[in-house]
Amino acid sequence: MSPLSSINRSSIKPSCSTALLTVLSRCVNNTAVAITLYIAGMGLLIYLAAQGANAMGYNWQWYRIPDYFYQIDEHGLIIGEIPLGLMATLKLSALCFVLAIGLGIVIALLRHAQLSSGRLIATCYLELIRNTPLLVLLYLFYYVLGPVLQLDRYSASVLCLGCYHAALLSEIFRAGINSVDSGQSEAAHAIGLNKIQTYRFIILPQAVKLVIPPLVNELIHVIKNTAILSVIAVAELTTLGRDLISDTYMSFEIWFTIAGVYLLVTLLLSLLASQLEKWYAPKK
Amino acid sequence: MNELTSGAKLIQTSTDTTDKSQRSSTDDTVIRFEQVSKWFGDFRALHNINLTIARTERVVVCGPSGSGKSTLIRCINQLEHHDQGTIDVEGNRIPPGIRSTTVHPKNAAAVGMVFQQFNLFPHLTVLENLTLGPIRVRKLAPTEAEALAHAFLERVHIPEQAKKYPSQLSGGQQQRVAIARALCMEPRILLFDEPTSALDPEMINEVLDVMVELAESGMTMICVTHEMGFAKKVADTMVFMENGQIIETAPPERFFTAPNSERCQTFLNKILTH
Repeated sequence: MSPLSSINRSSIKPSCSTALLTVLSRCVNNTAVAITLYIAGMGLLIYLAAQGANAMGYNWQWYRIPDYFYQIDEHGLIIGEIPLGLMATLKLSALCFVLAIGLGIVIALLRHAQLSSGRLIATCYLELIRNTPLLVLLYLFYYVLGPVLQLDRYSASVLCLGCYHAALLSEIFRAGINSVDSGQSEAAHAIGLNKIQTYRFIILPQAVKLVIPPLVNELIHVIKNTAILSVIAVAELTTLGRDLISDTYMSFEIWFTIAGVYLLVTLLLSLLASQLEKWYAPKK
Repeated sequence: MNELTSGAKLIQTSTDTTDKSQRSSTDDTVIRFEQVSKWFGDFRALHNINLTIARTERVVVCGPSGSGKSTLIRCINQLEHHDQGTIDVEGNRIPPGIRSTTVHPKNAAAVGMVFQQFNLFPHLTVLENLTLGPIRVRKLAPTEAEALAHAFLERVHIPEQAKKYPSQLSGGQQQRVAIARALCMEPRILLFDEPTSALDPEMINEVLDVMVELAESGMTMICVTHEMGFAKKVADTMVFMENGQIIETAPPERFFTAPNSERCQTFLNKILTH
């Protein structure tokens, strides 16, 4: 954004419309105005939703929702279904993410390989995975690869999401590796390090710093994408939401709550990502 | 090229005595270019280069930019690969054509290099920059490597900077660390690729002083540089290049007073009177 704003300031002469824009942006940037706007907007949305629900005679039962988080009875604290579902989602995401990182590094390195066959394999993999809808990919892994390789639904889904995100991560890694100055590998060569040592001690440690913020963003995508696994009934948060609704018919409350839980987790990670970006920003 | 006997004053350096594997050849030629050519696409970067460098000889390569000076010395440690002819480094023949990525392990230890942009590893401390090669390539014990690193930091006059990161040092200090890093591999040949061109003027001398001391210790050095004062002081042989060709090879006394070629004359006039 900063290059754009500097262009605005320097090269475009102030006109009526830009003056108006400046005033507007100043208004919106004012905290009080921003909060008022936000509350008004959210209020309108909630009002409309409530109106619609009332019109169709929906029976709100929000009071039952806390039971799905925790219950306290004579045996003490009982953890509800939603935290358990969230834990399952996080575990699933972690597995997929670890697999994606490992595979992603391999693909990124293959794309840098001297061997043209290595580059070809990596490019084919990347284009194939990246250009297939995730849902189709999941069906391929579960209904085709699953029976062929004797995979249960859990490993099929971990493999599917891992492979899918490996393709996306490999591009991030490649950008990271490319951004390390070529003088670094020349210097490594000059002190006699071989290719593997050069990557291990020189290139990757420097690339990792550049790659960590986008990596956290990719983790957010992984967490959100695990929701798609509910179509093959893998036990995770969204599947759990579906099961709860078929038991209770509280579709509004449950979906709002599930969405809220996802939002909470991903917002926390976004916050972490922007913090990391600040920490790793090039220091002058 | 017949003046190479000037390199005959063989000084036994500390490097020579510690390295048992060194071949004790009677022939003191360490680098030999034979009809070496190299192309970057259509551009001929090196054009039938013939050059012989003897042990402990100090060669200064100069010439206008784009004349192939850097390419010439980068071929010696295989940062570039020549397309024609042969290069012998300490008796190991580097064949043309093949983009071989593996450096002969003997060569890796034998040839050190100092870059224009220092190319220190920014994520490692000065000490780690210095010990990485000794530990990983020469397989020294970490304590041994650190002792070596401290000794060479002493030699480049910055023993107190070991714990710092490269970004905390001045340009001159960084370049001296880069020299120490190369020395930690205890090379028998040291290549310098415009080591002072990226430095502020007041820092050039601290680097040149270190290089002069190195030259006096009997290191075989090949320097691409425009520092003619340095060249006059230490060079055994001056090499002048233009358009990928070696135009003139002469000892500095003759090179600076009576160069054979007109091109060399005009280049020197420009560089010495600016």
